[in-house]
Amino acid sequence: MTKRHNNAGAGVTRRNLLKAAGALAGAGAVSSFPAPAVWSAEEKVLRYLGTAVNQSDDIIKKVKDETGITLQNIVATTDDVTKRVITQPNSFDILDTEYFSLKKLVPSGNILPMDAKKIKEFDNITPIFTKGQLPNGKVIGDQGTAPKKVMFVESEHSTKFSKTPTEWVTLIPTTYNADTLGIRPDLIKRPIEHWSELLNPEFKGKAAILNIPSIGIMDAAMVVESLGKYKYPDKGNMTKAEIDMTMGVLTDAKKAGQFRAFWKDFNESVNLMASGETVIQSMWSPAVTAVRTKGIPCVFQPLKEGYRSWASGFCMSKGVTAKQKEWVYEFVNWFLSGWAGAYLNRQGYYSAVLSTAKANMEPYEWAYWMEGKPAEKDIHAPDGSLLEKAGATRDGGSYDDRMGAVACWNAVMDENDYMVRKWNEFIAA
Amino acid sequence: MAAGGDLESHGVPGWAQAAPFALVFAAFFLLPLVFVVIVSFWDYNDYQMLPTFTTRSYVESFDGCLTDLPNLCTMFKTYVSTVKFCFIVWALTLVIGFTVAYFLAFHVRSTTMQIVLFLVCTIPFWTSNVIRMISWIPLLGRNGLVNQLLVGAHVVDAPVEWLLYSPFSVALAFVHLFTFFMVAPIFNSMMRIDRRLMEAAYDAGASGWQMLTNVVIPLCKPGIAIGSIFVVTIVMGDFITFDEMGGEQIASAGKMIETRLGALQFPPAAANAVILLGATMLIIAVLNRVVDIRKEL
Repeated sequence: MTKRHNNAGAGVTRRNLLKAAGALAGAGAVSSFPAPAVWSAEEKVLRYLGTAVNQSDDIIKKVKDETGITLQNIVATTDDVTKRVITQPNSFDILDTEYFSLKKLVPSGNILPMDAKKIKEFDNITPIFTKGQLPNGKVIGDQGTAPKKVMFVESEHSTKFSKTPTEWVTLIPTTYNADTLGIRPDLIKRPIEHWSELLNPEFKGKAAILNIPSIGIMDAAMVVESLGKYKYPDKGNMTKAEIDMTMGVLTDAKKAGQFRAFWKDFNESVNLMASGETVIQSMWSPAVTAVRTKGIPCVFQPLKEGYRSWASGFCMSKGVTAKQKEWVYEFVNWFLSGWAGAYLNRQGYYSAVLSTAKANMEPYEWAYWMEGKPAEKDIHAPDGSLLEKAGATRDGGSYDDRMGAVACWNAVMDENDYMVRKWNEFIAA
Repeated sequence: MAAGGDLESHGVPGWAQAAPFALVFAAFFLLPLVFVVIVSFWDYNDYQMLPTFTTRSYVESFDGCLTDLPNLCTMFKTYVSTVKFCFIVWALTLVIGFTVAYFLAFHVRSTTMQIVLFLVCTIPFWTSNVIRMISWIPLLGRNGLVNQLLVGAHVVDAPVEWLLYSPFSVALAFVHLFTFFMVAPIFNSMMRIDRRLMEAAYDAGASGWQMLTNVVIPLCKPGIAIGSIFVVTIVMGDFITFDEMGGEQIASAGKMIETRLGALQFPPAAANAVILLGATMLIIAVLNRVVDIRKEL
């Protein structure tokens, strides 16, 4: 997920300014050297690096009210978050990133795993993360970087993933979702049931895919399987030959003029769809919502072959102090305690601890978002805007229906380097 | 600056005058460039750069360039696409920019009016890339204003698709943006032309066309060369305009670098940057052959 919102200013509060002024005054009057330790003991500040999915002003404010922790947002795209962790590990305290990035982040040694024993709700985290199955026991697709594969490391300072659960958790999950194609039902005027429709010549010049190579190629793989051309052992970890074949299918489609455009940015995908430039494309759930709130019909279409899923979570920078470490645990525990989970569920994402989120939602909201039932009342977004009128049901149905149909997870392949080169070749074709 | 005095005569040697800028140049341009060149010869893996010497980034960048002939490899295809746009945009901005500058310099009489109109030329720079991107869709899009007019006037039966996310829209956006970079230096050159030369040519019986080709154009050569360097270097390195107007489907040298950077592959990104720098310098060297800018200034 790459979201661009800008909350960068949210970190500067009046208290911060006063604090800084006080520190300056104190420094001038008492000694020639300011004593930051004294001040930070009072003010709990964490620099929070992430992609804005969980960094809304509402959450920042609620955290401050309930725990006293001031979060200073550092918002970047998925790629830039990873870049920052690798190159400037001391520029943040808490990190909110996706599981598929872990293959790059963990070996760098720049992040600290979290101690499961200090996470109150750890045992209530949905088994999708720990075991790769739904709460009802159904095993779901694990192609690609499924969270369970990279969830644990062997010890506190290990950079090796553990196949079995340990005390040391790479990312404490926060948010996840199942992605599929977005369509304009008013312009397509017939049911869409398969990923193969993305390359259907019927939509020539009206289709789009995601121009983030690692995700775009997986959407392409869903199409290839749907066309019946090939069955991948692992769509999230292709061999060179599989990459060549997949990019070949995409290249042929591109040369035939199938694609109107590629998109990289959340807003681009909304514009393409809302303006009718495209009628079928890779999309993210909040982008579908954004098109709909303009009064334009748009469906996050469930498809027979299933969903491509993603998940994100929290960990720490290796540069945190003992005190900051405690605040990070305090913040993460707060995050899993329900309010934030309910907030995320109401946006169409899913929360990691379902029980606490449920306690913070109205029964009719839970029924609509999580159980796939028709809305008893109008459904509102967290900001109060109307999302759906009473009677509507969620695209794809219940949590079990949607997450149960996950086919693969966002991934970084072993042949990532080769794949990126092929992607440039595809663009040049 | 000492008012009314020549610095040299006050005993400040030339090298000292040049030193501040030279230092800034060295620290913020030369040094980073050296790092880029060094990094381009490093190895890398998924998450870090490995400081061991290798030509891997270059070898892989030119992968298939010899073996695939006569088919073009990724690198050549990308550069053919980039240079093609470079040439189209250069030719269009030159003709349009020269015409605008000519109008400003020779047809607008009052200085105030010249300044006002010159500032009008800067309007495209008042908006951000994002706003431009969004504003082109309602104009050029499938259901945009232009298509509505064309379909409404029965000029075409179905909306014209090549107006947006096409080579046409990329070139249009470039010309729209960068004509000003031609206007400014050419206008500057034209204002320095001694008007008596024009009068002499006129008195000697030269036609308007002869005056243009024998007097104005030769004397504008430095302006044209500088404007050309601006346009060529910007288009060569651009990827945002290519992406936004080309629907991210058109290859450019800058885009290739961006894709590698996005995947944290810094050494190949650096190698591609060095290749791009070389290609651009080659074009500028050729330009310099045609017009010796230093001599002309």
